[in-house]
Amino acid sequence: MAHVTFLEAIRQALFEEMERDPAVVCLGEDIGVYGGAFKVTAGLLERFGWERVIDTPISETAIVGAAVGMSYLGLRPVAEMQFMDFIACCFNQITNFAAKSYYRWGAPVPIVIRGPSGGGVHGGPFHSQNPEMYFVHTPGLKVVYPATPYDAKGLLKSAIRDNNPVLFFEHKFLYRRIKEEIPADDYTVPLGQAKVRREGRDLTLVTYAAMVHTCLEAAEQLAQEGIEVELIDLRTLLPLDRETILQSLRKTNKLLVVHEDTKTGGIAGEIAALVCENAFEDLDGPILRVTALDTPVPYSPPLEERFLPNVHDVVRAARELARY
Amino acid sequence: MKISLRREQYLELYYYMRLNRSLEERLVTLFRQNKVVGGLYSSLGQEATSVGTAYALEKRDWMAPMIRNVGALLVKGYRPRDIFLQYMARYDSPTHGKDGTSHFGDLKERHVISPISMLGDLIPVMTGVAIAGRYLGQNIVAMTWIGDGGTSTGAFHEGMNFAATQRAPFVCVVENNQWAYSTPVRRQVPIRNLADRARAYGITSYIVDGNDVVAVYRVAKEAVERCRAGEGPILIEAKTMRMKGHAQHDPAEYVPREMFEYWQARDPIARYETFLSRQGLWTEQEKQQILDRIEREIAEDLAFAENSPFPPPELAEQGVYCEDAYEIKPEWQRPIEEVMPPKASVQAVWQVEDFGGIAEGAVQVIEAAAAPARDGTGRRQVARTPQRGKKKLSARGKGR
Repeated sequence: MAHVTFLEAIRQALFEEMERDPAVVCLGEDIGVYGGAFKVTAGLLERFGWERVIDTPISETAIVGAAVGMSYLGLRPVAEMQFMDFIACCFNQITNFAAKSYYRWGAPVPIVIRGPSGGGVHGGPFHSQNPEMYFVHTPGLKVVYPATPYDAKGLLKSAIRDNNPVLFFEHKFLYRRIKEEIPADDYTVPLGQAKVRREGRDLTLVTYAAMVHTCLEAAEQLAQEGIEVELIDLRTLLPLDRETILQSLRKTNKLLVVHEDTKTGGIAGEIAALVCENAFEDLDGPILRVTALDTPVPYSPPLEERFLPNVHDVVRAARELARY
Repeated sequence: MKISLRREQYLELYYYMRLNRSLEERLVTLFRQNKVVGGLYSSLGQEATSVGTAYALEKRDWMAPMIRNVGALLVKGYRPRDIFLQYMARYDSPTHGKDGTSHFGDLKERHVISPISMLGDLIPVMTGVAIAGRYLGQNIVAMTWIGDGGTSTGAFHEGMNFAATQRAPFVCVVENNQWAYSTPVRRQVPIRNLADRARAYGITSYIVDGNDVVAVYRVAKEAVERCRAGEGPILIEAKTMRMKGHAQHDPAEYVPREMFEYWQARDPIARYETFLSRQGLWTEQEKQQILDRIEREIAEDLAFAENSPFPPPELAEQGVYCEDAYEIKPEWQRPIEEVMPPKASVQAVWQVEDFGGIAEGAVQVIEAAAAPARDGTGRRQVARTPQRGKKKLSARGKGR
């Protein structure tokens, strides 16, 4: 067991997968000599050489397109977006080329596109976004968004070994703030399985990524008030673990969804529809959402604080829901 | 580079071009009979480009056709039935009805990658194929085609630039068929020769008469072998003409009649027939044998296609994700130890050859468009900064 940061856990996953399988290669902007803007890929070039760790031009479309092409010859490329905000630049390659390849003509695309996302670090409108839902709407992709070092490492390994294009979001607020003991041996965390982070009987709180930590703090406070929250960490947004959500809802009869993504078109709406379609009779109250504002991510600290959901917002919504 | 063809190869080139055209003529009939489910795209007039370039590839090489590269698909081993089935959206088609037209491929045997409708995206994808082939030690070349209009996309630029920085064994054939749907090439691209784009990437380019199949083949073969030898990507501009509208519904009334006449006089198949006869490469009997064979093959394949069922509706729900059990295995043709530590280990330092200052003086002007080059026929153009029109200015940078 070793005590590692979220970032180190991801780095370990890359190292270990590259050691295990020569088909795994990495490409992206500044990932080699510099080791990546956040140093997630530091040391990879020294160990695995120029052919397996490729510094690319500033060309997100070429990065993802080339990764797709490499995967057709059986490689398992891991493409880095320097910031996940820039994934907009290669939207076409991901949604039209990679996602539809297997369905259209039976050619699997075993690639991973990973990179830092999320706010809370005053990155401004173009270095703070949570663009995951553009891709959750695209059949053929898998979308992963872990919250802990253990999960980040295990999920990234699963993503690399998966036969489909996987988008792997790394919340940058967690990179160096969250530490955890993780096993030294090779382990994976399966894609598509949520995790119950805290059991409770009063209401189900579904969330993911950095908001898991915000919600855990809120749950502590709520417990002191006698409200026992069952906290589900989705871990994978696509495919969505519907069963874990429905099972918990049937126990608590109340649902609160929290995410750092903006509200309209966020996954909370999808989960609300899922519950209404499958467990409407089990609901004892309205389905509530706590999310970021429907605005771009603002730069100045007081603005960003207003934009992001916080512990207080979660506690207030949970109290309201508990009253039903 | 001396490139010669055997007599049977000359005849094979004819077979593929003629098959390409006859197959598409039959598709037009099917379209009028409402048997083609969606749009129908024609490569009439462009057969020499498709066939001549693809013919330069070896079996191990990879290609990604565009919508008008039926000829290339035939050369790579697909049969008319595959094209019929795709257009008719039948279950036995390579995509089982999930996609149409030339949107199909085969990773295992034919090494063909399916295009998507968004132009330009194949350029980075085939760059990746080329890089992966080199990494695995396969000594392959990747080839794709793009129209004059497609070279305006960002994906084209990103892909060509990345291929060039990686010196990827990749041949990009720019099929300049003069029209992007209804817009003439001059309104899309302010340069005379699309091959000039290669200069921006520091790569070699060729311009070839796209309606001369032997010239196309020779240029493509040279490009493929130079790529294979490690010279980096090569761009070939083939000047040709789309002799129909963008698709079957489009009568192409925007094309000046004289332009059609100009190109009709340069029809690649008629020209090649004359060439074969003049060179004494075939007898009238051999020609008839080829035509009979094509007739027979098309009739057989069409019968098969018409008897193929539509896919069962439930297929729509299947195959979105590739299961874990599907084994993906790269074909290594070099020792794996070479890419594994400790052998793979390197010192992570950039080697910088020069420090990037201006070569001479304080200001340098490179004038736009040196006099437009004549349309070449198979002549080679090596990319280099134009010397003509370059002049030095004073240090104070007084401009034009």
